Amino acid sequence: MTNAIDWQLATVTAVRDETPTVRTFTLGLPGWDGHRAGQHLDLRLTAEDGYSVERSYSIASEPERSGEVDITVERIPGGEVSAFLHEVVVPGDRLELRGPIGGYFVWEAALGGPLLLVAGGSGVVPLMAMARHRARSSAASLATAANGAAGTPARLLLSSRGPEEIIYRAELDTLASAGDGFAVVHTLTRQQPPGWTGYARRIDEAMLADVLEPLGASVRAYACGPTALVETVANGLVRLGLPPDRIRTERFGPTGT
Amino acid sequence: MGERFVTRGFVGRRDAAPDAAGLSPDERRRRTPPGQYLTPDFPVLSAGPTPRTPLDRWSLRIEGLVGQPAQWTWDEFLALPSRDYVVDISCVTKWTHLDMRWKGVSLDTLLEGVELDQRAAFVVATCDGGYTTNLPLADVLNNQAFVAYEYDGRPLQPEHGGPARLVVPARYFWKSAKWIRGLRIQDRDEPGFWESLGYHNRGDQWLEERYSGD
Ligand SMILES: Cc1cc2nc3c(=O)[nH]c(=O)nc-3n(C[C@H](O)[C@H](O)[C@H](O)COP(=O)(O)OP(=O)(O)OC[C@H]3O[C@@H](n4cnc5c(N)ncnc54)[C@H](O)[C@@H]3O)c2cc1C
Repeated sequence: MTNAIDWQLATVTAVRDETPTVRTFTLGLPGWDGHRAGQHLDLRLTAEDGYSVERSYSIASEPERSGEVDITVERIPGGEVSAFLHEVVVPGDRLELRGPIGGYFVWEAALGGPLLLVAGGSGVVPLMAMARHRARSSAASLATAANGAAGTPARLLLSSRGPEEIIYRAELDTLASAGDGFAVVHTLTRQQPPGWTGYARRIDEAMLADVLEPLGASVRAYACGPTALVETVANGLVRLGLPPDRIRTERFGPTGT
Repeated sequence: MGERFVTRGFVGRRDAAPDAAGLSPDERRRRTPPGQYLTPDFPVLSAGPTPRTPLDRWSLRIEGLVGQPAQWTWDEFLALPSRDYVVDISCVTKWTHLDMRWKGVSLDTLLEGVELDQRAAFVVATCDGGYTTNLPLADVLNNQAFVAYEYDGRPLQPEHGGPARLVVPARYFWKSAKWIRGLRIQDRDEPGFWESLGYHNRGDQWLEERYSGD
């Protein structure tokens, strides 16, 4: 039938802090066959005595980058894998993984837009791959199109606790200032910097309506984050008139009950 | 990979004490399929919005290669003989939850009054929202599967598949279709939603059949 997704060895080539509790690992993968924005990989850690654990991590980097992928990991207190990655792993280490995995929570430039991306905390990771992919493909079409066609219109609504906890903050600012049709809307739920005029509450239907408005109801929506956020977003968008099959969801993070 | 790779510096969390439910580390290990970790939580996973069908418009239907299709309204379904189940559940996203308590109706009970065609060999579960999953009949008969409507003593919540979901404990949890509305009996296998998107056709967690080709 289909080829197996084999385990392979990656070499950690760079480690970068995104926030005080979130870190990006660049994984050199000579044998990587490429991925689609939104897919994830499975990481396997194995101890000397054979004890091993697996966890999934979304691929943060865009498919256009070859030979390496980024994953961005939030450190969970007491977390078996995330704490190990934060405390122990340094450049030069090797990690075992397989992928890419997942064929539904994906966006490709060819699918078109407009695109509405909604994330809470580390749920932004797979959406970042989409935003990066979108930027790369809009740059490519700008370079070839004589009329200077802009990229797929897209907006990212990102919920973070405070300003220090915004993942990819600087890069998101850069993407949003490129003038190619990408906008970022932040909501800061717990702590706002002085003079903050943006949203300061959890995502709700009114906020979704505001953010959706410039894009219209023909969007493709992708929501990722903790379950409560994803439920609010998916159900809210349905009430705002989006067809359910235009809303794709992925959940990770705290589950409550 | 031929020789086993060892991750530098990885020891792992080896819980030495019994857990909150009093299970010893040994028993927990024995009941944890490869690559899974135990959680006391009930994480939610679905590919899109949560459908909500009012109970007065809900029905469960068995169709396909059967003598006569069978159908139950919500009240009729609740009136069927039900059972309490305590089962271990494993999700392909890596969590395993031991001793999950459900109430529901065995597929054997549902199929009791239905005459199966000789060619009947597979079942496709169909759901509100368009989700589907496929299973050989041999994997769901003889008390291997049930349609649950209560979890932990309470009505099954919509995000967990309520009002009713299929539960097939011996397979990864995506086979336990949420928001189930029908069982279509077929002579040939037909990959469902995740089975068409790179996930394993059978999904036995003890054989770690996560992705096609595993
Ligand atoms: C498809 C998919 C993609 C994922 N992508 C990412 C990603 O890009 N980045 C990322 O950081 N994680 C991602 N995750 C989550 C990741 O797989 C792990 O679950 C996470 O890193 C915690 O693992 P751990 O071993 O550190 O914690 P564990 O030892 O498994 O858990 C310790 C405790 O923390 C709780 N917990 C688990 N996750 C969280 C959380 N986020 N916040 C608070 N409590 C939590 C658990 O319920 C448990 O009680 C993804 C998960 C899936 C299924």
